[in-house]
Amino acid sequence: MESATIIDKIWREHLIAADGGQGLLAIDRIFLHERTGAIALKGLRERGRRVFDASQVFCTIDHIVDTRSGRGDDTLVPNGRDFIVQTRDAARHAGIRLFDVTDPDQGIVHVISPELGLALPGLTIVCPDSHTCTQGGVGAFAWGIGSTEAEHALATGTLRMTRPRSLRVTFDGRLTPGVGPKDLSLLLISRHGAGGGNGMAIEFAGSAVRALGVEERLTLCNMAAEFSGVTALIAPDDTTFEYLFHRRYAPREARWDLALRHWQSLSSDPSAVFDAEIRIDVNNLAPMITWGTSPEHAVRITDAIPGESAAGTSREAYRRAVAYMGVSPGVPLTSLAIDAAFIGSCTNGRLADLRSAARVLDGRRVARGVRAICVPGSSTLKRQAEAEGLDRIFKDAGFEWRESGCSLCFYAGGEDLGLGKRVVSSTNRNFEGRQGPGTRTHIASPATVAASAINGHIADVRRFEPFRPCEY
Amino acid sequence: MQPFTTLTAIAVPLVRDNIDTDAIIPSREIKNVGKIGLAQGLFAGWRYLPGGREPNPDFVLNDAAYSGAGILIGGSNFGCGSSREHAVWALAEYGFRAILAPSFAPIFFDNCLNNGLLAARLPAASVRLIASLFTAPHRTRTPPPLTLDLERCEVTGAGLCTLAFSIEPHARARLLGGLDAIDFTLRSSAAIDEFRAADRTRRPWAYLEGPA
Repeated sequence: MESATIIDKIWREHLIAADGGQGLLAIDRIFLHERTGAIALKGLRERGRRVFDASQVFCTIDHIVDTRSGRGDDTLVPNGRDFIVQTRDAARHAGIRLFDVTDPDQGIVHVISPELGLALPGLTIVCPDSHTCTQGGVGAFAWGIGSTEAEHALATGTLRMTRPRSLRVTFDGRLTPGVGPKDLSLLLISRHGAGGGNGMAIEFAGSAVRALGVEERLTLCNMAAEFSGVTALIAPDDTTFEYLFHRRYAPREARWDLALRHWQSLSSDPSAVFDAEIRIDVNNLAPMITWGTSPEHAVRITDAIPGESAAGTSREAYRRAVAYMGVSPGVPLTSLAIDAAFIGSCTNGRLADLRSAARVLDGRRVARGVRAICVPGSSTLKRQAEAEGLDRIFKDAGFEWRESGCSLCFYAGGEDLGLGKRVVSSTNRNFEGRQGPGTRTHIASPATVAASAINGHIADVRRFEPFRPCEY
Repeated sequence: MQPFTTLTAIAVPLVRDNIDTDAIIPSREIKNVGKIGLAQGLFAGWRYLPGGREPNPDFVLNDAAYSGAGILIGGSNFGCGSSREHAVWALAEYGFRAILAPSFAPIFFDNCLNNGLLAARLPAASVRLIASLFTAPHRTRTPPPLTLDLERCEVTGAGLCTLAFSIEPHARARLLGGLDAIDFTLRSSAAIDEFRAADRTRRPWAYLEGPA
């Protein structure tokens, strides 16, 4: 047999028919949430169509649910309650499993799916949410779709898709302390542009990727959405198998053995050819942070705001970005005072993220005048964090410790961080107005967010114990 | 879905790269579980002055010369970011039936297709040419319309040589036929069922037997 990439292998295995340059693919899992999922179920019902196989569909309440303690169906988002109530009704009517507001398994869709063992290597997974590619961190072929496509997947158990071109991004070398997958993503996007992965299925490979834990791999794949990739994945290995073993919905006993044998074949053959390749040496990388209004506007934490010619972006985009962000060329990022710090989201709201932030926060206090908020990505990992005492570290440092959800990753008319306020955020998008009207968002890793919260201005986490290593 | 064959309409230039779906329809403008009532929120962050609904005179959609426009001319990676189909519903409700840009974000492209909007790719130089010829000098009067021909994949207009655009053959066929994708796929039900039966034997571990 011809040598194949992991993408070829999964594609082949799910291909029901090919016509007109497209494939009709079998879909293994469908996820919905209250923001874009209820409308898909509603559309289906209005046309009198039924869900093809309800046992493969899951729904969660994450996007506009309140994250303050004692929450119910009411939210600060105008009409937010309608989205929650209608989603619940639609899920019940369709007979699909809902992780409701007060469910112990509730959480952000891309956090709970791997956590519950619903995302597995080699599965096709879709959700009307652009960050569905996150789930490629366990070796799934997972991609974001629109609500109409979700209706199609619900009604037929399939989707039509043009076979994406393949891109392998190889990160080789050893990451220094204080540098993680978020920094790798921002580096990649800053070098190749926010459209650099447009239309591609991306495999992340290399020694630096192999060394990442599953939660960190999920972060790396998550940010492929900001690279305009169709999807991203990492070939499953022992790290993946160990992570998935005995997860709630993961296969057990004989089925596990069968699955494992299959998963062990899911890697790109050594002679497989990709449509494009990018190689990045990660030795001596610095933490990265965004300065503008696109994820491609990212620089090293030690850099200054670039000038127009060095920014690698169009003149108009540069001028709009600098004006919106209230920054001037030549000014070091670390001199910018901040008003708020946010840790959470499907990008960086997992246990590994909270632990890395807690290492910085332990025994320290958030600077005066900085509003600091931590929102765990799922109710389960919130309980785990509390069992480890992480909540105490966050609270003692002056952080708000919230219930799980998407929260301030985006502004939906409810909570915001204030007009013109500068925030360092562990989320994925620094678009104009994303976190609130006029809010100036700098995207960075949770460790960088924590360090910045302590200093009251953007900070290099490598200057903090225990990230200050001798090799640096 | 209404078939798309040709369209003659006024085009609005918004040639910025990486226009994201948060810009096209901010989340705060999505006020109910539905597909309508979104046109008012289209480009709200740029179209209105901060804090209200007063039109921003500097934003192109507020220029009376472009009222009734049906074509949007955008930059590369148009529609990146969130998967929200509300971006396409808002564009369609406002009156747009086609977008010309050097490239589109993948989810946005599919969303256009599913709503009968033509998302046509042109080289960046062609996009700039069209934008400059048909729009910039016409601040006070209505610019001449563009014609898009999906059969021939061509853009024409007064004073413009014929330019070719590209779109995947399957997408072109879907738009021309105005086909409902679900009905089309359900015609393959037998093949789908057959595939699933064989797949259950091949990959039993991939199946969940029912809600836990």
